Amino acid sequence: MSVNLDSYLGIQPDALEVYSQRADVLAANLANADTPGYQAKDIDFRAALAAAGQNQDPGAPGASSAGGELQPETTSPDDLTASPPQGGVSTQQYLKYRVPLAPSLDGNTVDSQMEESAFAQNNVRYEASLTFLEERFGDLNTVISD
Amino acid sequence: MALSNIFDIAGSGMSAESVRLNTVASNLANADSVSNSPQSAYKARYPVFQAVQDALTASTGPNGAADASVKVQGIVQSTTPGTASYDPGNPLADANGYVYSSNVNVVEQMADMISASRSYQNDADVLNTSKQLMLDTLKLGQS
Repeated sequence: MSVNLDSYLGIQPDALEVYSQRADVLAANLANADTPGYQAKDIDFRAALAAAGQNQDPGAPGASSAGGELQPETTSPDDLTASPPQGGVSTQQYLKYRVPLAPSLDGNTVDSQMEESAFAQNNVRYEASLTFLEERFGDLNTVISD
Repeated sequence: MALSNIFDIAGSGMSAESVRLNTVASNLANADSVSNSPQSAYKARYPVFQAVQDALTASTGPNGAADASVKVQGIVQSTTPGTASYDPGNPLADANGYVYSSNVNVVEQMADMISASRSYQNDADVLNTSKQLMLDTLKLGQS
């Protein structure tokens, strides 16, 4: 009996990736909270995660040389970086501008409080995904060691 | 890894806000400075913030256009005219006995200071939280 690690871990690794990229976007919003004309962005999480899940089909990631399911064969140092545009999760097309609640005169649409709470929420969910993964790995450890 | 970009982004935000705090400090310190001509009177300074798409993250990052850090594009001086007051006893007074004070609005500067400090705190908070998340991710599967 074999366990496919990707399907065993489920959607959590993808979710982790999308959460971390969303944290990136929210951090950029917060950093530009005082930049005139900056427009706040966010990731359409539902669409991004749905697309990330579909990306996980075996054979779909950039496996040009190796066929089948055993893809990771590094032939150059660049392969180690698992560049998201090919294999992993790209959220670029799911970036949306926020609809401002109270746009300011200088054209900035960042609402610090909203961004801060979205960031906190995003982090809690990231931690939750981590906890799920943790338990999965714990189960694997139990199977291996007992 | 997207989380590591956050360090650059929040760091640039903190750096920009600290420039803003610096100008506030300079403006407040010179709020009562006087001069012998309107031209040489102290003018309030303000930083101009600009969002930058880092060339590196824009080309290699997973969501390049999203990773906008912030930079201080320049410092502008307020053009509001300062007030002239009649004070012949002042050693800096001009021939007519007038001294020219700075155009710093102290109340506005205090509000600006609070705003800058809040933004700085936000960035520091983002930095701390991201660091914690990265540490937790590093410890994945070790417990």
